Amino acid sequence: MGLREDYLKKFEGKTYFWLGDEACAYGGVFGGCNFFTGYPITPASEVAEVISGELPNVGGYHVQMEDEIASIAALIGGVWAGARGMTATSGPGFSLMQENIGYAIMTETPCVIVDVQRSGPSTGQATKPAQGDVMQARWGTHGDHNIIALAPNSVQECFDLMIRCFNLSEEYRTPVILLMDGEIGHLRERITVPSLKSIKLKKRKKGKKKDLLFGGELIPPFKEIGDGHYLHVTGSTHKENGIRDVESQKVHEKLVTRLYDKIEKNREKLVDLEEKWMDDAKIAVISYGAAARPTEGAVALLRKKRKKIGFMRLRTIWPFPREQVRALGKKVKKIYVPEMNLGQLSREIERFVDCPVVGIPKIGGIVHTIREITTAMERS
Amino acid sequence: MMAKKKKAYRLKHYLREELLPTTFCQGCGCGTVLNTYAQAIEELQINPKDIVSVTGIGCSSWIPSPYFKADTLHTTHGRAIAFATGVKIMKPEANVVVIAGDGDLAGIGGNHLIHAARRNVGLAVFLINNMIYGMTGGQVSPMTPLGDKTTTTPYGNPEYPFNIAEFVAAAGANYVARWTTYHVFPLMESIQKAMTKDGFSFVEILTQCPVSYGRRVGMRTGEEFLKYFKENTINSLKAKDMTPEEIGDKIIVGKIVERNRKEFTTILREMNEERRK
Ligand SMILES: Cc1ncc(C[n+]2csc(CCOP(=O)(O)OP(=O)(O)O)c2C)c(N)n1
Repeated sequence: MGLREDYLKKFEGKTYFWLGDEACAYGGVFGGCNFFTGYPITPASEVAEVISGELPNVGGYHVQMEDEIASIAALIGGVWAGARGMTATSGPGFSLMQENIGYAIMTETPCVIVDVQRSGPSTGQATKPAQGDVMQARWGTHGDHNIIALAPNSVQECFDLMIRCFNLSEEYRTPVILLMDGEIGHLRERITVPSLKSIKLKKRKKGKKKDLLFGGELIPPFKEIGDGHYLHVTGSTHKENGIRDVESQKVHEKLVTRLYDKIEKNREKLVDLEEKWMDDAKIAVISYGAAARPTEGAVALLRKKRKKIGFMRLRTIWPFPREQVRALGKKVKKIYVPEMNLGQLSREIERFVDCPVVGIPKIGGIVHTIREITTAMERS
Repeated sequence: MMAKKKKAYRLKHYLREELLPTTFCQGCGCGTVLNTYAQAIEELQINPKDIVSVTGIGCSSWIPSPYFKADTLHTTHGRAIAFATGVKIMKPEANVVVIAGDGDLAGIGGNHLIHAARRNVGLAVFLINNMIYGMTGGQVSPMTPLGDKTTTTPYGNPEYPFNIAEFVAAAGANYVARWTTYHVFPLMESIQKAMTKDGFSFVEILTQCPVSYGRRVGMRTGEEFLKYFKENTINSLKAKDMTPEEIGDKIIVGKIVERNRKEFTTILREMNEERRK
């Protein structure tokens, strides 16, 4: 048994009373993380505080960098040198990371970026939660691209989805975003750590000399610094061997289309959502993250009043569960979308359904109450 | 009579030959740096497989990306040192080299430069100072001399340039030197020192950019720059005993600092091991 397994054994099967951020840090370690670079920001700092204490125990490294740009840059550098790595931040830091998230997409660098969302724009309500980065996660970096983003709504899910984030990042050779919110990050709940045996870690597929680093197949195998391949890695448009070619329309189209397609063509495998009470539903409510908690309560309450309402919670935000939402739109007469912003996911839902979509926004750093959601639904 | 066969470039095998000739402009100093660097590596007998080149985005970043054949990360503008820090943490045994321009390292990436020097990360950083943003066509840089006309300072540069080498020395680097493309032999020795010294090493290399900078300040050829570098530099050993008035506008070349602070990733590893005991 290695250092890592030896150390992590003591957590197996135990129940803890952890913060979401704490579970996220442990989920990272159990997901195979051995490298963390970050910069303090509320409400994400606890991820770094916990993982900086644990990484040395499993043979990994934590470094607090000079800013978030450096954090993601060092992360990407570390991954090319063999790390399985992550960083954690909140909205303002997430904005600073965007250029290099694009670099990670373009260079097909597996890594995990946790965004514990808080109220913005700018410093906003620094300590208060929000879900304002749904579109930033999708479109924050420039140029055509695709992205994977998962949203937990419990402390247990912070742990579980972190493991999935790491696995997806390796499987698809791309950055993956854990789109948390400050409410979940600072929530303290019971969590049970699964056994190491039950956690399947996706190993990095490593290419041989003849394998192309940036082509040949939809998801080419990775090669690391020091493998003796004379790698050439660039965020500029490049040929399949990695050498820059910024003039050819065809080279750019082929590369960027493949990067887009490797997620697009696996949409159904990536989609992960929870449905409840949909069988007889005439009306549906879709939510995610912290907002989904009172939403589920509100739907349960209305069901007690014999209202035929169904509940859908998205765990995969990007790629968007287009087909599932489209089908739901055909089945129900109306869809409500409670979220902690002025309507980000609701707009995406509108693109795929013909029935009316009614947003139930709540901003200002407080999660909806059940009552607010039921009242809003009764009103419109 | 048989035509004289052109002699192949001796250090060609250090380059990605299939990409030659280089795209550097006529008279550019990058070729000189590439040649001096390759020669330094050859003399040190470092296996290029043990080198990781990390670069910025400007023209000078093309010295290793794509030309010098080693594992190469061509990164985003200004961020090379931060990327390289991540590489060094995970691969402390590698020779991690950063080659980038004054815009990349002293401008947009200045913060990373300061902090890597402070941490004393084991990188060899070569700042190719052509005193201009070359790649984007000749805009003012933080290293452009006061008063010079550039495309974005059409009436002259109202700002003072950095003394970047002194600055990096003050931030805590283990080795700092400054040379020019005129001083190729001492430059080569300095590159070798930077490559072999533990901790953060930094060499500022003043180079000529006749196309994007020179032609706006009356130096249209590489030769004119080399002459300027020859006539307007003073070795740091000599400058030590001179007054600021005597030094005047002259550029100080040579070693700026050498010390032996423990390297960052070594400290990090030792602390982690201590924790596991
Ligand atoms: C974030 C960002 N801003 C601006 C640019 C445009 N840009 C490319 S190279 C460069 C400056 C290059 O100057 P320098 O680093 O001194 O290198 P040189 O070309 O002179 O060798 C700039 C501003 C960019 N690529 N990315």
